Parts: sequence; C-alpha cells; structure tokens
Amino acid sequence: MGLIARQIEALGIATLCLSSAYSITRAVRPPRASFVDFPLGHTSGRPHALDEQVAMMTEALKGFEDITQSGDIKTLPYEWLADHSWKDAVMQPAARGDASAGSDFRLPRFDTPQYQFEADAEVADEGCPTCVFLTGSTDTPI
Amino acid sequence: MVKQPPIDYIERTQKQYEALGYPSYQWVYNDTAVPLAPLKKPLSEAKLSLIASGGLYTRGQVAFHYKDDLSYREINVFGPAADLRASHFAYDLAPVRKDPNVVFPVEPLKQLVASGFLGALAERAYTFMGGIYSARKVKDILAPALAARLLSDQPDVVLLVPA
Repeated sequence: MGLIARQIEALGIATLCLSSAYSITRAVRPPRASFVDFPLGHTSGRPHALDEQVAMMTEALKGFEDITQSGDIKTLPYEWLADHSWKDAVMQPAARGDASAGSDFRLPRFDTPQYQFEADAEVADEGCPTCVFLTGSTDTPI
Repeated sequence: MVKQPPIDYIERTQKQYEALGYPSYQWVYNDTAVPLAPLKKPLSEAKLSLIASGGLYTRGQVAFHYKDDLSYREINVFGPAADLRASHFAYDLAPVRKDPNVVFPVEPLKQLVASGFLGALAERAYTFMGGIYSARKVKDILAPALAARLLSDQPDVVLLVPA
C-alpha cells in the first residue's frame, strides 16, 4: 500500500495510509501514516462500532495536517484490549499452545475468482467494466 | 494490564517462512522519503478518494483470486452496502464480512462529510487484493495504473487502507 501512496504523492496529491503493521509501514515509508494497534483485518475499526470508527477516522485524517515530515507515522490513541496479550498468538501457533498446527494460516493461492457467496459467481459479469485486469510486460517472477 | 509494543510482522513472517522452509521474503525498504505534496485545501473542503486492499468487490463483479492478483475493482461508494463482499487469502474475513467498514471505511467517511469535517467523498473507490508477492509488479504495473485512473477523479487527498 505504501508503494502506491508514494507514487500518488509524487504526482502531487497528498496521501495518508492507515496501518496496523508498524514495522512494514516503517520499512516502506509512505509519506503519511496513521497507525492503529489492532489485529489485522480491523485497520479502520471494529465491526458495527460506527461511533468508534468515526472517532478513529477523525484522528487518522488529522494526520494530513499534523504530519509535516515525510515518512512520519502518527500512532492513534486506541487499544484493541487493555491487555495486549492477544499479540502473543498472532502468527505464533506455539504461543497458542498449538505447536502441532501448521504455522501458515493463510488460504491456498487459488488462481480462480474466490467468491464470498456461490451466488455471486452466477451474477458476476466477466466483461464487467469496473473490473480492471492488468497484464505486465515484465512478467518474470521476482 | 500488560502492554506490548506493536507486533513486528516482518520478524514474525521471517520466522514463519523459516519454520515452513520457505526462502526468506524480501521486504521493501525505502531509504528515501517522497517529498510531501502540499495539502491544497483544508480537509473541510477537500475531496477524498479511498483505496483499499482488503479484497473488496461488489455483487456483479468478478471476485479476486488469491495468487498474485494484480487487478483492481472500482466501487461506487454510494451503492448498496449490502452488495459489498470480501475475499482475501491472508486475513480473517469474519469481521469484514460482518461489517465492511473495518477495512473499507465508507460509512465513517460519509459521516465526516455530513458533519463538515471532510469536504466530499469521491464516488469511485478503488480496491485490490494485497498480498501480491512481487513488490516490483505492484510498483511497475498496479501502482501506475491506479494512480493514472485516480487522477481523472481529481481528488485533493487520498486515503489508503490496507487490511
């Protein structure tokens, strides 16, 4: 995400990245970032907590005006839980007492569309004008 | 209560890849900062475009696939919220499927426009599926295409939300 922000910023448009992965954002150095110390998948808040989402977004967007040095990350004053021990188990099955589980929790890399609902596949328009498929001329694996 | 620093996902990914016997992932480290583009208007007058990488699509669109998907979707933020869907291989989808605003914050942004904190929300949002293995492809193919398309919306500010 930071790579895209950097290119947009270089075109003269101010950008701000939200982030829940501080180390990655630090490394990629997007021009402005607001850090939310929540588990991945909640970068802009908890489900069905609109008031908190609005409050977080307000703080996050203030970064457009507060951040004056490119690459700075503003940490937002929100905690997922007062007790941070939820962080122990993230990507560390042993910490969950689950050493036998594989440590790769991710889904297989299918190369066909993965619909949330089967019915979505039936109504999907393969020629959909709002689906933009890009092909690169530089297609060698990195 | 026990406090901890932010999770170091780079370190944990490296350990995970090691445990799986994968070669270590080459994270992007940028040594240089991109000069800040000036904010041309106060936020209360600015038009904001939203870009999100949580794998969101709408009913009627082709869903993302999980292997280095370089495509993007254009989503009308004023369309029906009930048509929003999410597919992604690398994060827990239960929360986003309950409430897409957890990684695609359309409702909070609309509230901030209604309250006058933000000027306007661009009708067209852009979504893609992060977790693209090749940073070079993101840099050379996806980012320039998205940036060029975005310019036609003439946003004053752009908010990027990873999942």
